[in-house]
Amino acid sequence: MSLSIQNLKKSYGEPGGSRLSILDIDSFEMQDGEQVVLIGSSGGGKTTLLNVIAGITTADSGTVTIDGTDVTSLPEPARDRFRAQRIGYVFQTFNLLPAFSALENVLLGMSFSGRGADRSRAIDLLERVGLGHRMQHRPTKLSVGEQQRVAVARALANSPSLLLADEPTANVDTANQENVLKLIREACTENQVSLLMVTHSLDVSSQFDRVETLSEFNRPAVAAND
Amino acid sequence: MNLLTIAAKSLRQRALSSSLTMLSVALGIMLMVAVLVINSVVSDTFSQRSIGYNLVIGPPGSDLANVLSAVYRIGKPRETLPYRILTEDVLGDDKKWKDWIHYAIPIAMGDVTEIGGFPIVGTTPKYFVVEYGPGKKFGLDGKLPIRPFDAVIGARVARENDWTVGSEFRLIHGGAESDHVHDEKFTITGLLAPTGTPNDRTVFVNLEGFFLISGHEKPPQEAIERLRRLGFVVTPQQEAEILAAGGGHDDHGHDHAHHHAIPDDMKELSFILVRMKDDIGAMGAIMMVGPFNEGLRAQAVNPVFPMNQLMKNFVGNFRQMLLCLTFLIVIVAGVGIFVSIYNSMADRKREIAIMRALGAHRGTVFSIILGESLLLCLGGGVLGLLLGHGLVIAVTPIVESRAGIIMNPFQFEPWELVLFPVLMVLASLVGFLPGLTAYRTDVADSLSD
Repeated sequence: MSLSIQNLKKSYGEPGGSRLSILDIDSFEMQDGEQVVLIGSSGGGKTTLLNVIAGITTADSGTVTIDGTDVTSLPEPARDRFRAQRIGYVFQTFNLLPAFSALENVLLGMSFSGRGADRSRAIDLLERVGLGHRMQHRPTKLSVGEQQRVAVARALANSPSLLLADEPTANVDTANQENVLKLIREACTENQVSLLMVTHSLDVSSQFDRVETLSEFNRPAVAAND
Repeated sequence: MNLLTIAAKSLRQRALSSSLTMLSVALGIMLMVAVLVINSVVSDTFSQRSIGYNLVIGPPGSDLANVLSAVYRIGKPRETLPYRILTEDVLGDDKKWKDWIHYAIPIAMGDVTEIGGFPIVGTTPKYFVVEYGPGKKFGLDGKLPIRPFDAVIGARVARENDWTVGSEFRLIHGGAESDHVHDEKFTITGLLAPTGTPNDRTVFVNLEGFFLISGHEKPPQEAIERLRRLGFVVTPQQEAEILAAGGGHDDHGHDHAHHHAIPDDMKELSFILVRMKDDIGAMGAIMMVGPFNEGLRAQAVNPVFPMNQLMKNFVGNFRQMLLCLTFLIVIVAGVGIFVSIYNSMADRKREIAIMRALGAHRGTVFSIILGESLLLCLGGGVLGLLLGHGLVIAVTPIVESRAGIIMNPFQFEPWELVLFPVLMVLASLVGFLPGLTAYRTDVADSLSD
């Protein structure tokens, strides 16, 4: 998977009419199979960047091209479908659905891709993340580390080209942080999935070959009032 | 996982709220089903489908009172009819309708059983030959009441009084509030099969035996005066015979072997039930009513007409009111579904946003919410149907024992088929606004909350 971001701008409206610029990126590239960590401070636009790449939110201008597809130009339904089929997302707060078991959370991730839910693949993924014996449990019955592993399995369910991870170890205890990180990286390597992880932790970033600092290529400016 | 599965799981997450909401729909549907089934039973009971006679002939006055008394044993007959109404006005050789009539069955009422207070009907064995409803024949275990003090009893009488063939009973004159118990005893010769009509709670005695009971015959002088007052011809010879038959008679202390035949002119009937021949049918009844009623001595009525009036003007309106009420209950339940789902949307924004983040379209999350509404409505509908028929099953023995009406608890009303499309429309209406809320969820904002 190749990722190319060009002239990307994103801002939010503020009370009083001004706009707060969050993203202003001239260029950012990732090659197929790369595992890149982005370091940024809180409020620096890390999550917003991932959301724009995933098509969850739209940019004000610029392009995000994934494997030759300009995601920013797609209509919303096509963006949703592209995200379901080609992008995996591991959220900071796991975002598992409480009414569904671990297995059902993974199946749910498959259901929206349009390819149907592959139960055997879902079971296999959960076994590979070490939760084969807990797949019928709901999130409230799982530990924090186990929940994050379910989230990883769900993110990989549709064989994405790109895995986005938004501070995946932020809510995990220190003892499990290493495990979660290792799990994500090994899963991406095994499945030939490119990885873009954002974090504010220097400890986490030290394990990656390519480390980028968001502030070095994201220079948001205060825009004029609307 | 399909949308309905996702919707079902979401409902399960709010199990208590969902169950209560579904129950409210079920209660409304239950009431509606019960009203529909019971209305059908009442309509059948009081319609042509349950009456085997083309005409009821009774004293002049209220058609409805005559029919209710003669056919449904509701209310006592207000007056009696001289026996000559039967022999001259109904079956007279000079009457053009004589050849139209298949059966003209006299009945005499007014007494009740000493035990149980069941109404007594004196009649002829032909009563049991005529169908009590279209296509419905009496079933009899035993023999017809051929001898004067023979009797045949309805199924409910047999059950409640624990009477069987050979049992004996006495009558209370004039009704249960009277304390005048007749000395004469009747013997049960036959048990009727259940009919689902007031016949089940009736005791039928031989008409001749009924007249042999002391006090049931008209005193001879009164009988003569009444006949003349009504315009019947009583010749001097007939007058002498009546006076001779009725005079110097010791009314008490007779046993069965010593009763004397009562002259026809001293006999009083309550009603005459007429069944026309098949080839003339209801048309013959219609043609007979006008000319017959011109005589003013008795009144003939097609029993269906006053009952239809009663159903339309009273029962029908009551049924409409009940149906409207149950419909409102269902609407209120629908509002409950709306409130339940809509209020849950505030707590579920994140859940919706997660699904959207996983790739669900706006339309998909809208459909999931609509699916929840559908499951609640249809689930409540199915539960309501089961509860409604369950309620009918529960009340069937009570209705049967108290009113003698046999209900089929598994009777299915065609209107019940309409319930499900209506519920689907209701589900769509109440689920639309919450679905729209899901549709409009801002994914990024909701995920960051």
